[in-house]
Amino acid sequence: MIVRLMSEGRYEVDDEVAKGLNDIDDQAGAAVERGDEEALSELLRRMADAVRTNGVRVPDEDLSASEAIIPPDDLSLEEARRLFEDEGLIPDLPS
Amino acid sequence: MAGLMSRASAIMKAKISKLLDHAEDPAETLDYSYERQLELLQNVKRGIADVVTAKKRLQLQETQLEQSVVKLDSQAREALAAGREDLARQALERKSGLQQQLQSLDQQAKQLEEQQAKLEASEKALSAKVEAFRTQKETIKAQYSAAEAQVKIGEAATGIGEEMADTGLAIQRAKDKTEQMQARAAAIDELTTSGALEDFTSDQTELDRELGALASQSQVDKELAAMKAEIGSGDKQKELKQ
Repeated sequence: MIVRLMSEGRYEVDDEVAKGLNDIDDQAGAAVERGDEEALSELLRRMADAVRTNGVRVPDEDLSASEAIIPPDDLSLEEARRLFEDEGLIPDLPS
Repeated sequence: MAGLMSRASAIMKAKISKLLDHAEDPAETLDYSYERQLELLQNVKRGIADVVTAKKRLQLQETQLEQSVVKLDSQAREALAAGREDLARQALERKSGLQQQLQSLDQQAKQLEEQQAKLEASEKALSAKVEAFRTQKETIKAQYSAAEAQVKIGEAATGIGEEMADTGLAIQRAKDKTEQMQARAAAIDELTTSGALEDFTSDQTELDRELGALASQSQVDKELAAMKAEIGSGDKQKELKQ
């Protein structure tokens, strides 16, 4: 499946990698919930590394949608909260 | 509780549907979306320029602080040579304070560097997609019936909408980091002008004045000694003549 590493690029990964990502992702969600910045950084880095190491880069001009989207690996806890709780970190698209 | 990936996807979808809601017929949707893409590309370019400007300001402040560090170091040496350990200590304490500030400026410069790299990558990916979208847009307009076009548009717009939302995030984060850095730089300026901190960059600090006084004192002493010597030898010459 195609995975987007936000602010970095898109990669095609196989099912096994995708499954691994889901496991780490659950932990990352829990880390945000309990306010554990250190764990969040570590888990986001592990997800990004897994994708970079095992995935194949999708060309920039490919217009297909991604099946999974992973937040940037240097996202702070405060940014994560803004991103997920009030959706304020991504501005509305220009209109 | 849900993981982060599903939440990130949900946010992306919400942003994209807002973009698609704007237009009525397929051709209009395509053109409207394309206009927004071009606008966003301009925004990324501006974002990169802003980060570069902020970086330059940071570098300027770093240079000023570095000069002050060098100056304080030589002042400490002068003070010590003049036997004023108290002044030397004061100069070295200030130097160490400035060095800490330099370190934090350095970290900020690195962060800005990272944001710039991200924005540049975003610009590259977005330009490639915008170009692909432009081609596809014309194909869809020319070749498909309205119903078919709707599906094709949905696909293309979702893919590029995702890129646009991601680019939006990169711009916003770079802006946040730049603003934090500017606030900090302004705070340092403010502290120095209000006198709460020594104005390290001004030519006359209290330390300068004390060292200046010390130097002029020793200059006076030297001149006095030289005059005494001159007068002394003059006396001797007189004695010889007599």
